[in-house]
Amino acid sequence: MKTFTYARADSVEEALAALAEPGTQLMAGGTELVNWLKEGIEQPDRLVDITRLPLRGIEEAHVLRIGALTTMSEVQASPWVRRNYPVLAESLLRAASPQLRNMATIGGNLQQRTRCPYFRSDTPVPCNKREPGSGCSALSGETGGLAIFGWSEQCVATHPSDLAVALAALDATIVVRSAEGERRIPATEFHTLPGDEPARTTELRPDELIVAVELPYIAPNSFYLKVRERVSYEFAVVSAAAAVSLAGNEIASAHVALGGVAHRPWRLTAAEAALSGVAIDDKAALGRAIEQSFVDARPLAGNEYKVILAQRAAVRALMTAGGAV
Amino acid sequence: MTSLIRPDGPAKLTGRATYAADTQVPDVVYAALAPATVPFGRVVEVNLKAALDAPGVIEAYDHTNFVPMVAMQAPMLGHSVIPLQQDKIHYDGQPIALVLAETLEQAQHAAQLVTATYADTGTPLMFDQAEDIGPGGPQWIPLDAVKGDHQAGLAAADKTITAAYTTSDRHHSAIEPSATIAWWEGEEVVLHSSVQAAAMAQPVVATAFGVPAEHVRVICPFVGGGFGSKGYVWPHLLLAAAAAKASGRAVKLVMTRAQMFSLSGHQPATAHEVTLAATNDGKLTAVRHYGVNAAARVGQYYEATTSASTWLYDSPNIEVHNRIREVDRPQPTPMRAPMEGMGQFALESAVDELAHELGIDPVEFRIRNEPAVNPMDGKPFSQRSLVECLRQGAAKFGWADRKPGMRDGNDLIGWGVAVSTMPAFRMPSSARVRVGSDGHVVVETGMQEIGSGLPGMVQLVAGEVLGVDPADVEVRHGDSSFPPHSGTVGSISTGALGSAVQAAATEVLEKLQAQPGDQLGAMVDAAGLEFVDAEARWAPDEASGGYSIQTYGAVFAEVRVDEDLGLVRVPRIVAVYSAGRIINQLAARSQMSGGIIWGLGQALLEKSVMEPTMGRFLSRNLAGYVVPVNADIGSIDVSFVDEADRIASPVGAKGIGELGATGVSAAIANAVFHATGRRVRDLPIRIHDLL
Repeated sequence: MKTFTYARADSVEEALAALAEPGTQLMAGGTELVNWLKEGIEQPDRLVDITRLPLRGIEEAHVLRIGALTTMSEVQASPWVRRNYPVLAESLLRAASPQLRNMATIGGNLQQRTRCPYFRSDTPVPCNKREPGSGCSALSGETGGLAIFGWSEQCVATHPSDLAVALAALDATIVVRSAEGERRIPATEFHTLPGDEPARTTELRPDELIVAVELPYIAPNSFYLKVRERVSYEFAVVSAAAAVSLAGNEIASAHVALGGVAHRPWRLTAAEAALSGVAIDDKAALGRAIEQSFVDARPLAGNEYKVILAQRAAVRALMTAGGAV
Repeated sequence: MTSLIRPDGPAKLTGRATYAADTQVPDVVYAALAPATVPFGRVVEVNLKAALDAPGVIEAYDHTNFVPMVAMQAPMLGHSVIPLQQDKIHYDGQPIALVLAETLEQAQHAAQLVTATYADTGTPLMFDQAEDIGPGGPQWIPLDAVKGDHQAGLAAADKTITAAYTTSDRHHSAIEPSATIAWWEGEEVVLHSSVQAAAMAQPVVATAFGVPAEHVRVICPFVGGGFGSKGYVWPHLLLAAAAAKASGRAVKLVMTRAQMFSLSGHQPATAHEVTLAATNDGKLTAVRHYGVNAAARVGQYYEATTSASTWLYDSPNIEVHNRIREVDRPQPTPMRAPMEGMGQFALESAVDELAHELGIDPVEFRIRNEPAVNPMDGKPFSQRSLVECLRQGAAKFGWADRKPGMRDGNDLIGWGVAVSTMPAFRMPSSARVRVGSDGHVVVETGMQEIGSGLPGMVQLVAGEVLGVDPADVEVRHGDSSFPPHSGTVGSISTGALGSAVQAAATEVLEKLQAQPGDQLGAMVDAAGLEFVDAEARWAPDEASGGYSIQTYGAVFAEVRVDEDLGLVRVPRIVAVYSAGRIINQLAARSQMSGGIIWGLGQALLEKSVMEPTMGRFLSRNLAGYVVPVNADIGSIDVSFVDEADRIASPVGAKGIGELGATGVSAAIANAVFHATGRRVRDLPIRIHDLL
């Protein structure tokens, strides 16, 4: 590990000023950043601890606002969140061990980087995320955990955040700030697709800081399904966040996003339209509607199973959200 | 059967137990390694300059300036090529440089600055591309064994099945990474090292440096899990000792988690073909098991995965064959459970397949083929209560209620059974027992405590012979200056060390026979002595060579398979074992539970991906190599047949550490078949197998 200095910022302004200096990394819970330091993914000259900034807390109003430094545990433990946003609470509960959830923050969670084994390799291998232009080892390698949507020849990685999938399904907004002021970025667009710039993970600019996450409406009929072979403490093979409103037994509106399938949470827009009017307990009809969003799935050699699994996960999440399981 | 809370427990729970890397040594310096990044070839040049210029660096070594060492054969060396001795690269991850620095961070940072150029490298050969060969030289388990006429057995059968099975590369993944602190005092070297066998480390280090064995002192009271990865002698010991010799300092070298994937062995991928034939009334007429394992290009590492097929079921015609495939990879090594841990998955899956074809209950099928003597060599079994295990297990599990089509919501429910077995490995052990005139009893042995509870076992045996409270027996262990124990390996320790302690304690009693009274201390005092002691060594006797000696068990598993998502969960397992005398019921149940969880990992999770173009294990960390967590584990009900095998060892015990990890994966796979109708013949069973 390369030597670095450590300092604390006491205000958002101080943190933003620190960001202006090259070689600076901000650190909140540190649960992911410390991995990067150990794995050589980041080699900052200095760390600036932002855990004391006044960005912590939950405003429980019709629009839910969560400060970026609120811990995963705090959000998950909130009775308001549990009652009105089961999909959010579940995504946090399933994301990590209690030790990690007690440290990790909402803003930090969204900035995780892929778990692609080539990106995380302990000794460098060709990876366009680690070394732009070096190539993608995963494309012709072990693809079991990689993308089926939206990948490029440059990168086939997926994003590992569970929270991000729930936020994408709920039309959340990521509020970011720089010295120039605030920007609001839709959660569905906060994470980038790899395209020709695979080293990027999010739309966050180097001079910006996440200050809050906002959810515009409540979603009491919602659920987050995380599919993984180990029961706990593992990243998703695929996951599905679903929120529904029902008219009797039929779906009035549905929101569905998938995790583990792309470089960003993958919203099933076409399927959402097709789900309107489908009976919540009609598994076959739900499956046909979900299929609408899979016509453009492009599995890699070796992860074709994800195309089937992701559709079934979406159906299960919908039925659970709607009380039909 | 007795139960004793392990005496080492409180020290471990409170952090007072001293593991190798915890040992406080003044003025210690830190070593870090730079790995080769090619699967084979030659290192043309190692550039150490940046490392030498880095802060805190004391010295840096490559193959051109390091201490020369002499390699013993593998085993006892894990890999017979010692790193930093020559330019040839045998595997990705082979150390090409060692950096010494004042702090760990400085050493690791400097090691990352080492660069190298390579020649004569290329595309690595993979397991599924290599040809099957027989390893040369003498093998302690023959490659081939044949009885009868396989074709005649097939001709006599009503039903025959032939199927291919595979198991994956796996890593031991002990919590404690291997570590060594070494320093020289003149011509003598002291090593605090995380090893399962100080008795193996000592001669290997002595040979490497050309010093007498008694000049090598290896200290290791506690091992933080080994599972085979610390049995043979791996580079950290030799490199730390050599760096200490070169620098004149005490050197500490702790393997990183990534290095544990290359420098301490792994369980190799195996492939099997099993043919079983039987008559309609369920009597086997032919058993054939062909097994092959991955091996590095040097050492010809060999897993005798077909062994149990020679003794488990009665058949007039049995043949087994073992081969290896030499590929470009780090060296494999035994891992809980070697041999049958892989081979039993194939055999016990095949037995389930044949029983299903015949329409015979798989428990009943096994009972119908129970042999009276070892079916291959005709030797009597020292003790074998497998049928009782099957019957007791079936009753506890409720096997009689097994029926097809069980389900609960989206979950398909299946029940499966398989047999566990291991050969009873037996190796020498020794102990010294001393009784003071104050009545204090001390037992000394070189044994390493690896988490299985051996100090408690020693207390119980010594206490039983001497007639004292086991908790009052002081056990000193884990130092090569104590009487040697072959190693905490191969499930040998309870039978071997227990017998040595029993013999030594008996000898002490005999020495005191003439003294009046029944209080040990008073008897020693009456003899006019400060203490009375005796050292005893136990080794397998010739008479027991006339017997077939194994351990057995029956494992029953319930699985729930989500029919949409392909997820397999295991809510309950019942296992009953026939393993000789169980000296400490509490510790033994704990160890078998751990073995079952180990087998569950093999069945459903553990696969170390060998990257096909790089010839290295892809995810050298515990996020990418997934082992079971608490949430994966449901009810585990372990019990033992109450018995003692005095042929296997005078103390009546046989080993159990490996036994528990056998049969489990087959029981789970058989249960998955019962639940879903899908026969998965490749481990681990994954989501994509069941969609």
